[in-house]
Amino acid sequence: MNKKQAPLSQQEALRTAVSTSERPKNAGPVSASLTFGGRMLLKIKYVPEQLFDITAFPIIFLLMFTYLFGGAIAGSTEAYLQFVLPGVLVLTVVMITMYTGIELNNDITKGVFDRFRTLPVWRPSVLVGALLVDLVRYSIASAIMITLGFILGFRPEGGVVGVLLGVAVLLVFAFSLSWIWTTLGIVMRSEKSLMGVSMMVLFPLTFISNVFVDPETMPTWLQPLVEINPVSLLVVAVRGFMGGEAALAEVGWVLLVSFLLVLIFAPLTMYLYYKK
Amino acid sequence: MDSKAEEQRAAVVVKGLVKTFGTTRAVDGIDLEVPKGTVYGVLGPNGAGKTTVLRILATLLQPSEGRASVFGHEVVEGAAFIRKRISMTGQFASVDKDLSGLENLHLIGRLMGFTRARAKVRAHELLHAFGLEEAAKKQVKQYSGGMQRRLDIAASIVVTPDLLFLDEPTTGLDPRSRNQVWEIVRTLVSTGTTVLLTTQYLDEADQLADRIAVIDQGKVIAEGTSGELKASVGTGKVHIRLQDPAQRPLAAQLLQQKLGTAVNYSSSASGLTAQVAENNLAVHMLEELDKAGIAVSDFSVGKPSLDEVFLTLTGRSAERAEEMEAEA
Ligand SMILES: Nc1ncnc2c1ncn2[C@@H]1O[C@H](COP(=O)(O)OP(=O)(O)OP(=O)(O)O)[C@@H](O)[C@H]1O
Ligand SMILES: [Mg+2]
Repeated sequence: MNKKQAPLSQQEALRTAVSTSERPKNAGPVSASLTFGGRMLLKIKYVPEQLFDITAFPIIFLLMFTYLFGGAIAGSTEAYLQFVLPGVLVLTVVMITMYTGIELNNDITKGVFDRFRTLPVWRPSVLVGALLVDLVRYSIASAIMITLGFILGFRPEGGVVGVLLGVAVLLVFAFSLSWIWTTLGIVMRSEKSLMGVSMMVLFPLTFISNVFVDPETMPTWLQPLVEINPVSLLVVAVRGFMGGEAALAEVGWVLLVSFLLVLIFAPLTMYLYYKK
Repeated sequence: MDSKAEEQRAAVVVKGLVKTFGTTRAVDGIDLEVPKGTVYGVLGPNGAGKTTVLRILATLLQPSEGRASVFGHEVVEGAAFIRKRISMTGQFASVDKDLSGLENLHLIGRLMGFTRARAKVRAHELLHAFGLEEAAKKQVKQYSGGMQRRLDIAASIVVTPDLLFLDEPTTGLDPRSRNQVWEIVRTLVSTGTTVLLTTQYLDEADQLADRIAVIDQGKVIAEGTSGELKASVGTGKVHIRLQDPAQRPLAAQLLQQKLGTAVNYSSSASGLTAQVAENNLAVHMLEELDKAGIAVSDFSVGKPSLDEVFLTLTGRSAERAEEMEAEA
């Protein structure tokens, strides 16, 4: 066996690099989560197309629903915009939470997750980091839609504070809902089946709601279903804040639902993540 | 008292370890003891259970039965402690292929607790040491297999671990890259790290490992130093090609007499193979053939291959083992 013919300097570099005994204190939960979040941001640098959903969806959805239904439902697009924008915002952000699961499903099958799982850091930090970056994505999507809405004539009574509170409650819900997708992202064996299941959950959840029309116009048997739909509650909450009359009961329900979602699906995700 | 002493000596102690996946017994009662500061090789064919054993020790899988401990801590209860002292380089790239080499090492450095600046310095130090400086900013996807392997090992030693797991570190690498990886392992061990590696190549285990366990179908079928293993297998096989195929029966008869082992016809019409215990005996045979007037066109002594180790230890070949694996 002939020895490696590396220049001596590299041989020495290898020896030096290997013999450092430096052992820093491992990153804490917050720092580890932010570092993992940084990893997700770096990925956007290499695949900017990832931003397509958060830029194109808000624009397409808002234009489409405002001009498609505006005339028929509210008589004028301007009047309809005041009603529909908070709803379409909720619909859009809730829809794009789905990508959390798809990203994880893609990611988790890669060998690098084995390395992450053997690192001495707070276990959920990989997922928390990813979800934090998702919050940034949802905020960007919201900003784009609200800006476009403003250009088209959206004038919320609640002012800046109302809009921000509306977005805040939406982000809380979106973050909590994401844990369902992380759970599914681990359980489902392929991206396709995951997409299928996500769509099956998301379509009824977002469309059997008060996003487009007032539930009073619906058949009586459907109304209770629409009213207990968490997405409807969320839409009422967001509309309330943006319209200047906070719907506190609905806000309370949304926070409760969010809390329960995290309570159930976060531990479940972590359990599955480490069992895999 | 006894077990206490054992823990101080050993980096890894495995007793009666079993791991089942459904009805498959991937690991079927394995005992191992890896002394601190040594290289331990786990040798076996595809599906033998090598990766499963490593993943259990690296706290990625839980054992179904038996016990496994690392530096005196059980893999289940002591997982958090163990993770502070080990690193794992998986069989398939355990780095993020979407990021660059530099970003990968920086990420690990930050997670291990280095400051931003220190993590960067450490990343460059490792990239230089592993000959990856030029590819530092390229996405790992674009690296060659050998480069990926080196980066993977670099990522495992951002903070030098006390115990490093390497799962088939050189499978699929060319001889030059393989030598580089071997060099890295030797250097690591010389600074006190214990290395537990798996391999399919006897040659590799021979080159690197102080002790070797041969495993097959989830069981240890032989354990010892490479010298001990080879002694049990013999030096290897001689391959002889005759000038005149018609002389083959005569040659076979002569060899059988002199060697006392089975002589086989190989697939070509003029070829013969035989197992030999010592190299000089093989050379001796050449003279014997010459005396008998049998002309030889080609003669070689092969090192014992994993296949031969298997043939000797289990009575069936490694390839056959894989076929059985596939059927199961
Ligand atoms: N997650 C799993 N689910 C089901 N069966 C598994 C799983 N992991 C491993 N096995 C089975 O366990 C056995 C041992 O697999 P293992 O990966 O440990 O072998 P190996 O020695 O590493 O093989 P190779 O050389 O191909 O890497 C195989 O039969 C394999 O099919
Ligand atoms: Mg393997």
